[in-house]
Amino acid sequence: MTQISETKQKVKFYQTGTLTAGNRLLEEGHRSVQATVDRSNSLDCGHRACQGCGEALGARFAIDAAMRATNNQLIAANATGCLEVFTTPYPETAWSIPWIHSLFGNAPAVASGIAAAMKAKGRDDVRVIAQGGDGGTTDIGFGCLSGMFDRNDDVLYICYNNEAYMNTGVQRSSATPGAARTATTMPVGPEPGNDFATGKSVPLIAMAHQIPYVATASVHDLHDLEHKVSKAMSFHGARYIEISVPCPLGWGSKPGDTIKIARLAVQTGMFPLFEAENGDVTGVTKIRQHQPVGEYLKLQRRFAHVFKKENEDQLQALQAIADRNIKRFNLLPSGGEEE
Amino acid sequence: MSIDPIIQSKPFAITLDVGTSLLNKTGTWRNERPVYLDRLPPCNHTCPAGENIQAWLGFAEEGDYEAAWRQIMEDNPLPATMGRVCYHTCEGACNRAGIDEAVGINSVERFLGDQALMHGWRIDAGSPTGKKVMIVGAGPAGLSAAYHLRRLGHEVTVFDANPQAGGMIRYGIPKYRMPREKLRAEVARIEAMGVKIELNTKIEDISTTRKEGQFDAVFMCIGAQLSRSAEIESDGKIPIHDAAVVLRDSELDNPNQLHGHVVIYGGGNTAMDVARTSIRMGAISTTVVVLEAQEDMPAHSFERDEAIEEGATLKYLHSIKRVNGRTVTLEKMKVSENRWPKPTGEFDSIEADVIVQAIGQDVDTAILQNTPAVNLKDGITQINEAMCTGEDGIFAGGDMVPSQRTVTSAIGHGKKAARNINAYLRGEEWVAPDKHEVVTPDMLNTWYYSDAPRTVRPMLDVVRRKTGFAEVVGDLDVDNAVFEARRCMSCGNCFECDNCYGVCPDNAITKLGPGNRFKFKYDYCKGCSICATECPCGAIKMVPEDI
Ligand SMILES: Cc1cc2nc3c(=O)[nH]c(=O)nc-3n(C[C@H](O)[C@H](O)[C@H](O)COP(=O)(O)OP(=O)(O)OC[C@H]3O[C@@H](n4cnc5c(N)ncnc54)[C@H](O)[C@@H]3O)c2cc1C
Ligand SMILES: Cc1ncc(C[n+]2csc(CCOP(=O)(O)OP(=O)(O)O)c2C)c(N)n1
Ligand code: SF4
Ligand code: SF4
Ligand SMILES: [Mg+2]
Repeated sequence: MTQISETKQKVKFYQTGTLTAGNRLLEEGHRSVQATVDRSNSLDCGHRACQGCGEALGARFAIDAAMRATNNQLIAANATGCLEVFTTPYPETAWSIPWIHSLFGNAPAVASGIAAAMKAKGRDDVRVIAQGGDGGTTDIGFGCLSGMFDRNDDVLYICYNNEAYMNTGVQRSSATPGAARTATTMPVGPEPGNDFATGKSVPLIAMAHQIPYVATASVHDLHDLEHKVSKAMSFHGARYIEISVPCPLGWGSKPGDTIKIARLAVQTGMFPLFEAENGDVTGVTKIRQHQPVGEYLKLQRRFAHVFKKENEDQLQALQAIADRNIKRFNLLPSGGEEE
Repeated sequence: MSIDPIIQSKPFAITLDVGTSLLNKTGTWRNERPVYLDRLPPCNHTCPAGENIQAWLGFAEEGDYEAAWRQIMEDNPLPATMGRVCYHTCEGACNRAGIDEAVGINSVERFLGDQALMHGWRIDAGSPTGKKVMIVGAGPAGLSAAYHLRRLGHEVTVFDANPQAGGMIRYGIPKYRMPREKLRAEVARIEAMGVKIELNTKIEDISTTRKEGQFDAVFMCIGAQLSRSAEIESDGKIPIHDAAVVLRDSELDNPNQLHGHVVIYGGGNTAMDVARTSIRMGAISTTVVVLEAQEDMPAHSFERDEAIEEGATLKYLHSIKRVNGRTVTLEKMKVSENRWPKPTGEFDSIEADVIVQAIGQDVDTAILQNTPAVNLKDGITQINEAMCTGEDGIFAGGDMVPSQRTVTSAIGHGKKAARNINAYLRGEEWVAPDKHEVVTPDMLNTWYYSDAPRTVRPMLDVVRRKTGFAEVVGDLDVDNAVFEARRCMSCGNCFECDNCYGVCPDNAITKLGPGNRFKFKYDYCKGCSICATECPCGAIKMVPEDI
């Protein structure tokens, strides 16, 4: 019918807009890669991640988007961690892309090597990704990563941040938030859980290297995530994306709540979504429905103790972190004023 | 326990051949499985005509108005009419109200009804069955039954005492709410299907006409044509009319009785219609005497507000005691504990040139004199589950049976009666399909619906409303009709947003392509339930596996 195309051009409102993966009312070009029948499913069925694993989801989102952006000419190097172990326990693999694993700490260096090899072979159509967990990124692989940034090697590094060493039984990493319970930061004593005022932000450190592109993304916001991955693939040189990926096992959350929790991390200000080019922030994803941090924390057993009367200051400290993020990145709609 | 020789032949801890993880059927981990289902949206659940509102809004969202209209026509043959006069209980139940405001279902229905009239869309009759059905009353109940029976292939004759079809839609509801050309066109569309409508034909006795015409079944829907009247002590100097008669006269262009100072007695929608008609007829003043308090009066608030905007004065908590010459004595009432108005013994008076009583309607049951098996209770015809009276093959519906007394419920009765009459004619019994679970707001994930305020239908300027019978409420245009339809959240029914397909960490959902929705790969689904949590409209349910 002609009516359909006419009204589609004129009417700007699409029921769920781009908040859902696809939506039959949207033109093809506005749907996510994940909404298409021919997405590459780079990370396929049969992997052994826990029920509701945010990392498995984030990896398929990101790599499928990168595959689309590079016309399927992609090689990935993977650090040790859940993502490596649950996808590729010898002799099987869930990856349907060229994929290489070496060590826990050297994925950035391996990827730099692959990029150099591709350059030597004149294969400028082939693009390289390195990926790993937060432990592999912020701690053990940090030296290699900084070197890769420093040399501006042509690699996109993706960190799947689940805020601890999950694969070995939930030990603290330098990406574990204050107060969080891990196997090595138990909720005992006067200051239960992980210490505040420790840890680091690798996205900000990456920006300090003045590399072409840095971004944070979340499994809750698929369109935003895919946009950032494809944008990253439009640059050459070192690039870094950190994706917030809730871990039901390590966070003590319901498997079905993974996306809900990721959404609350963003909507509370705990995980700010932004992008930066050559060291400067160029864009932020505004909070759509601002919530107090308690809404985010209460769905996770790793934070259960912060709701005890005697730990009220921990809850306040976490709220202060969220508030600082909101201010620092100007996350509320219309310039900081809440509706 | 014997060890599988294939496994035994492999190195330590290796169970599979080198290859893909697809060999690893993670579906065995699951203790709950997700299933797709169609739940019952609250709008559909409350629609007295049984429309599948969510489904037709779905077509309208895509801009396919004809498909949307055809979906309405499955249940309701008068969308242009219903889009004007229906009291839209659907909107009162709409889950969207919890986010911003209810979807303007009624305005989109009207838009679709008008589109159909503009484009001349038609519905075909069913293939002939050779059975003959007689319908008494061409009000909404009769028209609806005739339409549905004709689609089922039966021969239908409708008898009506009035000069035109439509029943109270035509002789009760005034033109400014229900333009006649729209009603006429919708009736003509039913006639074009082969329904015979015999006008100016009052049926005196059902059994005789049935025998004479050799009808296999009868549907009676004569409405409630008799106006009730209150005992008002009067010296007879000024006339006291019945609402139904006055409204009917205005429709028939009979001499106007609504002049001078008009006093209307009653607090329902009919009283509002009389008041608004009298204003248009040029009454000097229009006063409505309402027994109840404002918040207890039976009229819908929007009808009351529109009457007040047009200049009617409402005197709440008053009853009419007596009429002396032009002086009407009113007694003040007060609200008792059970909210029933009680006399106070205090009085008040107003001037009137004419009084109109609008305090309710009764059924004229004379037609049933030779059908002793038809059971009456307080003047209302009793029917069973199958809409059948006690008399074999005689069915009844609409205002004459226990009902909400609205056009919409009359249309629903007509449809239900048609299904039962069809079964009766085939020697079968009609069994209604099971109702699905109703969608409550907690089943939705409203994060996903973008914010969108409701489209308000334009209203005719008050000055023009007061001076003529032009339609008060305006149309949506093509753009805002689509916009309004797209505000629907498709409660409980997959609308192919691709979210489940997107959010599964195990890639355990297959997308089947436009119109075909999705399928779970139970070999790999681990039962994490993210899909169910993230489905915006609540179309996925987790059910325990038998373990
Ligand atoms: C002033 C007024 C305003 C209203 N406004 C609304 C509204 O906005 N929305 C809404 O939903 N409802 C409204 N209603 C109620 C609604 O009109 C009725 O509930 C509905 O019309 C009932 O339909 P029906 O088919 O049962 O009867 P009717 O519409 O009353 O039709 C019955 C028909 O049977 C015919 N008939 C009766 N006896 C015989 C006989 N012996 N032989 C042949 N024909 C006969 C009559 O001539 C009439 O045409 C209003 C009612 C009134 C009075
Ligand atoms: C050099 C070295 N030290 C320790 C390990 C053991 N190890 C394997 S995975 C892992 C933790 C991975 O944590 P992270 O990088 O955050 O990934 P996650 O499993 O949380 O996704 C550890 C400590 C190892 N493989 N190599
Ligand atoms: S432990 Fe956490 S990150 Fe690892 S597979 Fe399970 S859910 Fe995923
Ligand atoms: S949002 Fe749509 S499906 Fe849900 S109640 Fe409202 S109109 Fe019906
Ligand atoms: Mg980790």
